[in-house]
Amino acid sequence: MHGRPRKALKPEEEAALTEKAKQLLVLQSQVLSNHQLKNYTKEAVDLSAKLLGINPESYTAWNYRKLAVQHNLNQIESDPDSIKKIWDEELRVVESALRQNFKSYGAWHHRKWVLSMGNSSLDNELHLLNKLHKLDSRNFHAWNYRRFVTASMNRSDLDELKYTEDMVTDFSNYSAWHNRSVLLSNLLEKKVEGFLSKEQVLPNEYELIHQAIFTDQDDQSGYIYHLWLLDQTVRDTSPLLVSSWPPHGSLVFPFGDQSLKSSVASPLTSIHHDLSALPVILCFNQAVKGVNSNTVVVKSTLCTNEDLIWKPLVANSSRTGKVWFTHLKFPDLRRQSVEKCLVEVHIGENEGIISSSGICCASSQFTFRVAVQPVEVEETDRQCGEIISWNDEHFDMDEANLDNLNFGFDQLSIENDSELNSCTWQAVAVAGEIECFRELLAVIDCKYAKLTLARLLKAHDRLIFPSGNKASHSDEILDLYRELMKLDPSHSQLYKDEHSLVFLQKMITNRESFRRCCFQYKGLNSSIEGFPTCVRFNNLSLSRIGSFEKLLWVQMLDLSHNELRSIEGLEALQLLCCLNLSYNKIRSLTALEPLRQLKSLKVLDISNNEIGSHPIDTTRHLCSSPLSHSVGTEWKSDGNVDISNFWESYFIFKGMNLIQLDVSGNAIAYENFKLFLIKVMPELKLLDGEKLH
Amino acid sequence: MGELVAEKHAAYIINVEKKKDSIESVLMEHLRINGAYWGLTTLDILGKLKAVDQETIISWVMSCQHESGGFGGNMGHDPHLLYTLSAIQILALFGKIETLDSDKVSNYIASLQQEDGSFSGDIWGEIDTRFSYVAISSLALLQRLDKINIEKAVKYIVSCKNLDGGFGCTPGAESHAGQIFCCVAALAITGSLHYVDKDLLGWWLCERQVKSGGLNGRPEKLPDVCYSWWVLSSLIMIDRVHWIDKEKLVKFILDCQDKENGGISDRPDDAVDVFHTYFGVAGLSLLEYPGLKAIDPAYALPVDVVNGIFLR
Repeated sequence: MHGRPRKALKPEEEAALTEKAKQLLVLQSQVLSNHQLKNYTKEAVDLSAKLLGINPESYTAWNYRKLAVQHNLNQIESDPDSIKKIWDEELRVVESALRQNFKSYGAWHHRKWVLSMGNSSLDNELHLLNKLHKLDSRNFHAWNYRRFVTASMNRSDLDELKYTEDMVTDFSNYSAWHNRSVLLSNLLEKKVEGFLSKEQVLPNEYELIHQAIFTDQDDQSGYIYHLWLLDQTVRDTSPLLVSSWPPHGSLVFPFGDQSLKSSVASPLTSIHHDLSALPVILCFNQAVKGVNSNTVVVKSTLCTNEDLIWKPLVANSSRTGKVWFTHLKFPDLRRQSVEKCLVEVHIGENEGIISSSGICCASSQFTFRVAVQPVEVEETDRQCGEIISWNDEHFDMDEANLDNLNFGFDQLSIENDSELNSCTWQAVAVAGEIECFRELLAVIDCKYAKLTLARLLKAHDRLIFPSGNKASHSDEILDLYRELMKLDPSHSQLYKDEHSLVFLQKMITNRESFRRCCFQYKGLNSSIEGFPTCVRFNNLSLSRIGSFEKLLWVQMLDLSHNELRSIEGLEALQLLCCLNLSYNKIRSLTALEPLRQLKSLKVLDISNNEIGSHPIDTTRHLCSSPLSHSVGTEWKSDGNVDISNFWESYFIFKGMNLIQLDVSGNAIAYENFKLFLIKVMPELKLLDGEKLH
Repeated sequence: MGELVAEKHAAYIINVEKKKDSIESVLMEHLRINGAYWGLTTLDILGKLKAVDQETIISWVMSCQHESGGFGGNMGHDPHLLYTLSAIQILALFGKIETLDSDKVSNYIASLQQEDGSFSGDIWGEIDTRFSYVAISSLALLQRLDKINIEKAVKYIVSCKNLDGGFGCTPGAESHAGQIFCCVAALAITGSLHYVDKDLLGWWLCERQVKSGGLNGRPEKLPDVCYSWWVLSSLIMIDRVHWIDKEKLVKFILDCQDKENGGISDRPDDAVDVFHTYFGVAGLSLLEYPGLKAIDPAYALPVDVVNGIFLR
């Protein structure tokens, strides 16, 4: 089916093929018939050998042969010579089939079957494999079979490692690099002599890669292996808590009522909508599991630690995540006077929080206070009736809050020791690679080298500043991605996504530039009572967003006029109540999946996107729905709602608590769709600017 | 650049079905049921499924079923998971899954799950993540996923994840686009895509696009239209398809057409076959080429067929 030229056949060729087809058809029928009749005579079995030599893909013939072998072994005496003859014939048939097509699954499996009955030798098999690999070193069937043989015959991993090293002298051999990575992982895990630590092993691998890359700069195999080496170098760093909400040392005003506010109130911790419980959010620098009331202990008069349930902010059942949260309920917060209750959160109080590499989380703690309000004060419900508008005139630079914002930013991240970090073997190795690639790029202009350098610089920043407070290489990284967009335009969207992430991170870690994104929202009559600080990242050509650990406190976010197609990760912003995603490139409702976890979200603007314009939905299987078997059967009981036309709207909006929604300017926003939305969200008060009843 | 000669491709498929005696047909008679799935799905994407005789086809498909419940590639051939999936998919296209005794078929499939969660293709024990996909997809379409140990099945697939974020046939096997499709789709169907490092795999996959705009199946190999399905559907399932140049890929697929006789080949100017015709048309559907029905990247069936099964 592959690699045959398209050409019209001459009549003689045509006739020859027809004849061949006829004969093959007869042969196939005979073999199938013998199989049905369980005819295992020598003539019958030889016919199957003939068939498999011509068409090794005719799988039933391999099954037939296995049955024939079993049958004939039962018939003969236990005479080692006759037995060997039978098995040797099977090996011969496989070789002949492989000559016809050395990628035939059926042939390889048959040989495995023979071997599993103990009927060949290691030398024999390696001999065959070495022959085949000389013809095609990328034949993965051969590599897989090699793995099977070496495992069943106890050939050492070290010998196999040497084999891959010999193979990678032909540097353009991805299969060899891949197998090398598998062998090394095994040796490191089993702590074989000479492979006790990565610090010992990885420098040699980096050297091998340098040889490959300096020989042929455009061979991607080496760079992919280099990426794996980099990952192996950095992945065993200990997981850390890098930010939290409430921030350390802060005073939280959890109620919408503003009368309690003093100049001390920080925009990072004054809640402007009503929370039924106080969220406590933990953000780690890598995905961890094992966060529970035993490993994270909360000490406070507001709650009982054992009652707290910690969950990862993920839309799946994996119990692993970078961001974890719980809620402190307010059982009885109305006191006679204003009080500030202390809350201490101890991370890693008992061991148990671990990363995916099995490393334990470093312990740390943070404290904050919660202002509780007196009984008499009434809550104001600002949300009744006032439409949020995202026009510029509603936003003032947050002059009044500048000092509070500064104070707040200091509290956001938990500091780590960067001097110590730069002396670890990992940081030294990465710094060495950075030097190497900078040198290389001084003389050649290679896409893979640039991409590798960008990744190395990012990794170095993360090693030195694990909490993400600083990123000293941002400018160099941004330049590299801009160059890559020009050098490799086919993949420009990838580079753009990476560029957006680094750009946003740079803007957020710089206090000045971040403050310029913070605005005070003004409602009707320019009142600012009851409105939170709004972070505005609009008109920045962002195609992707990140740095959520710095944004845990954000209640109002404007991401309009960008190029966002995805909002992956936004679920971390648990305090979000107003979100503007208008004028972006969101292509389907399923892309809004992260919003389902934002229980405080009340105001959403998704107008002027591309929802409804695309027949292919790229987040169709990333959202929870019956298609991915990730919702229970409860949804079926909602009999009065016919979801067949608008199933995405149903699964996305049903659990949300929106009161204001804008969908205009999307192809999907026609009458029936809007009617469906109103049905699914009975609490909705405003749709596309119109009041609903 | 050209356009899709849809009429010619539909005619090509219908003709190929009739030519049972050509050498190509005879060499592939053991997987005819796969061929039927490729041909019929292509016709449905082109909006031409009504041109075939549904009853004859269904009756032939059922004649490939064994007493074990599994289906063979053609009459007289042994049952195997690969052909069982095609049988179910063909019935799904016609909206006739109820023709099957779903319990019988799903029991056959479930019986092939191994202790470690993997699946063998048939009673002869070949293990491959392709079979994990086939089993999971089949059972999902039959609405009998609960007959297997899903957690173990997922665990086994994840154990086949490699350094580059891709997947191979068995643990330690090299990443290959076909296997990646199978693993990613199986994880998608079981709500387990969080096990995929989307950025890492997305990069490896988008690097399959070569200068001509076509996609290969792994590094340093030639582009081939069938990877327009396996690489593309994987990219779509993890929402990274914008990382390739879609227009260039469309052009590559269109260049692989035989505009005179219909059909699509693996590379421009090679011989056409039903396999590549299906993957070319399915790929174009994923690229939103106008006039084609949308296809679901995980179930490899038209979206309306899939929605009809799961969202009623």
